[in-house]
Amino acid sequence: MDILIYGIINSVMLALMALGFALVYGTSRIPNFAHGAIYVLCGFVAWFFVRSLELNYLLSVILSLLLIGLLGALIYRFVLIRVRGMNISEIIASYAIGLAIIETLRWGGFKGTTYTLPVIIEGGVMIGDIPVDYQRIFVVILGVAVVAFLWLFTHYTRIGLALRGMAQDERAALMLGIDSDTMAVVAMAFGCMLAGFAAIVILPLGNIVVEKGYDVLIQAIAVCIVGGLGSWMGAVLAAFIIGFAQILTTVYLGPQFQMVVAFLAIILTLILRPSGLFGQQKELEERV
Amino acid sequence: MSDQPILKIEEVTKAFGGILALNRVSFELKEGEILGIIGPNGSGKTTIVNCITGFIRATSGRIFFRGKDITGMPPHKIADMGVTRTFQIMRPYFSLPAYKNLVIPLFSPRAKRTGGWRGGGKLGDRNTVGIDILEEIGFERDSYVPYKLASALPTGYLKRLELARCLALKPDIILCDEVFSGLSMSEIASMVPLIERLQMEGISLIMIEHRLRELFRVANRIMVLNFGEKLVEGSAEEVMANEQVKEAYFGSEEVEEVMSYA
Amino acid sequence: MNMENRRKERIDRGIKVRSDGLYALMGWQELCYLTLPRFVLIAGLLALPLIMPGMYWPRVITIVCIYALLALSFDFLAHFVGLVSLGGAFFIGTGGYLAAILNTSFGMHPMLAIPIATFAGAIICTILLLPCLPLRGVYFAIVTLMYPLVLARIIEALDIFGGTDGILGVDSFPNAWLEQYFVIIVLLLFVFGARRLVNQDIGLVFRAVKDNDQAVRASGMNVNTYKAAAVFIASAMGCFGGACLVHIYMWGGISLFALDFSILPIAATVIGGAGTLVGPVLGCLILVPISELLREFGTLRIVFYSLILVGFVVFRSEGIMVYGEQKYHQFERWVKV
Repeated sequence: MDILIYGIINSVMLALMALGFALVYGTSRIPNFAHGAIYVLCGFVAWFFVRSLELNYLLSVILSLLLIGLLGALIYRFVLIRVRGMNISEIIASYAIGLAIIETLRWGGFKGTTYTLPVIIEGGVMIGDIPVDYQRIFVVILGVAVVAFLWLFTHYTRIGLALRGMAQDERAALMLGIDSDTMAVVAMAFGCMLAGFAAIVILPLGNIVVEKGYDVLIQAIAVCIVGGLGSWMGAVLAAFIIGFAQILTTVYLGPQFQMVVAFLAIILTLILRPSGLFGQQKELEERV
Repeated sequence: MSDQPILKIEEVTKAFGGILALNRVSFELKEGEILGIIGPNGSGKTTIVNCITGFIRATSGRIFFRGKDITGMPPHKIADMGVTRTFQIMRPYFSLPAYKNLVIPLFSPRAKRTGGWRGGGKLGDRNTVGIDILEEIGFERDSYVPYKLASALPTGYLKRLELARCLALKPDIILCDEVFSGLSMSEIASMVPLIERLQMEGISLIMIEHRLRELFRVANRIMVLNFGEKLVEGSAEEVMANEQVKEAYFGSEEVEEVMSYA
Repeated sequence: MNMENRRKERIDRGIKVRSDGLYALMGWQELCYLTLPRFVLIAGLLALPLIMPGMYWPRVITIVCIYALLALSFDFLAHFVGLVSLGGAFFIGTGGYLAAILNTSFGMHPMLAIPIATFAGAIICTILLLPCLPLRGVYFAIVTLMYPLVLARIIEALDIFGGTDGILGVDSFPNAWLEQYFVIIVLLLFVFGARRLVNQDIGLVFRAVKDNDQAVRASGMNVNTYKAAAVFIASAMGCFGGACLVHIYMWGGISLFALDFSILPIAATVIGGAGTLVGPVLGCLILVPISELLREFGTLRIVFYSLILVGFVVFRSEGIMVYGEQKYHQFERWVKV
């Protein structure tokens, strides 16, 4: 029973982490290797607002998200846009930015001392005979809310539909008057905000540690690959598969194998079914 | 020529999502003949070539080469067996000189086995073999055409280069995807004898074309595709007299005009 | 002069045109032109350990060479085969651990352990990378990024191969001069070997795999075999570097999978001139000493490389070597339009 509950919680957390990456890749086909870095950065920014400046919690959250979204937009607008289409350079650029951010945070002294974000509500509740704290319940609720919001957004709003259009076929979208550059900036901003949101919601469960940046990146990539690069529903399903797999390994083998599970998921997917569960893009582009 | 067809396509269907690009297409290619495939744009001509050569996996159906089932094999294995193709959107190695374009296919296992075109079973120096193939296919050696960069060659030469790339493998079959398109009248006039020569060397050809007049001069048989279905198959006159073909392709008046040129 | 009517034109220097084809009778000028850069490189590298003062700097030279091997492998994979390797640390770690294990657990002499570790390491790395070869380039980048991080965690979690402490007591090179020159010579061999490979006809096939793999497939060649061959060569370079490294430091641990090994080669390649196979070496000659000088800044160095990298990539600067080659081979002049 506790496997079920913690499995659900873990899966939702993974989904939250992965959605931002999936959004950016689906829209502009750029793998945002700075995703994990943005996650950790937002955690620190939020910490700064809440603990250092001692602002109101909700205000801090909103400010952090806006700042992160702005940062994402700037990164795209000033760096990634110039290397759009050159595969090698795209990958190197986003990787380097991510690395720069994480290592700056590491050097800036964010290590050793414990940094935490406050939980939304203290305390917990018992489900059956398993203690679950409110924060984790919140994670699940907010996670579901985010997925629902994204679904509604991409199906019913102009911008959301434009993003979906770009994800399906960029040329067609261009012909319909959708400015792919602006949309890509929007996608990047949203993707970063999603990463930041995930950070603010998940980080209170532990400490803010710089290593999380790499972990989050690997897990987000694992979810996206297993689900199929470009499929958001696939990502959600994959999150559940990997999430439960991780919980099962934690229970039977120990907590240090979580990353290994993600890694194995990636390798197995690439060997057995490279396009993922619901992959819309063939692994060999059929460009004949 | 033996009785068994060299290439047999059986009920091949290809669906892209909801769109049926090919619908239960069946036909045969006899050894040593030239089969022309015609049809309006979007009728599935390039798709059938992709399926035969392994670049696309057919949704259902079978493809046999000399009796062996090659459905679903990867492209390089099919080419290794002797079934080669040209690309409609040409893909030479632009940054290389023309003869270097041929050196690359001469690294293939098949070229090593057969010695390439005119190799007689043994592969000599790749650069020399490349230039020889080009010369045979019409690149004038004296004018140093084989040494020009592929990006500097006009369309007529590039089409020949595509064919040369197939020849490097000493092919049994060449699937020509619109080799006559984009050529001037004089370029086509020199292309037709080349195709006839290839047939005389024993190569079987499938030619996908829009330029009907030239195609009718070389092809032994014609097959018409429309919306992924085979409409009719037969000699040029039979096919052009067919009412369905006229309706699919042109209006009825223009057919007479085309036929009058043939 | 009226600026609008002029444009800059770049023409090959006369001496380059004359020396482009190798003919039996060649003037000493052309020979000099061709051999001088290579001579400078070889002589320079060989002389460096002699010039450098003290105990510390000659070791830095060896480290430069190890990084240069990684950068070379990155350049080869990225610009001649089209695969972006974000995890140089993967090769270093594999080669390093293998050599350390061979040396400590099996008692193998370093000069035997290193070649075996190189070869076996290359095989292991290629096998581990096989699944992503048929796929698009981004998957290769993801997987190479991931391997060093995950392998480090596996070693830590399972506490194998010495866990977080690492493998201690690895023998050092039998001879200080050997330590210096072994790596330099192998590096030079690899550099010139790679350049040879790339300029031969077989190199054309690799480039074709990068630019136009559908045409290569249509010519009856298995693209994945060539990619695997390229990965094998590149991982051999990296594994060799790792194997030497453990013998230099006499220790092999998780830090072999450090990010330094992943990012510095990329930065060095981009700065030194991508696609030239010599540029990466030059880039390392510049970056590694700077990195040593900045040692007290800790991980800020990585930030430094990353930002330089981003700068170069964004401004599409081609790198020092490319610029240098241009100047050497060609000259510019204003021409009236």
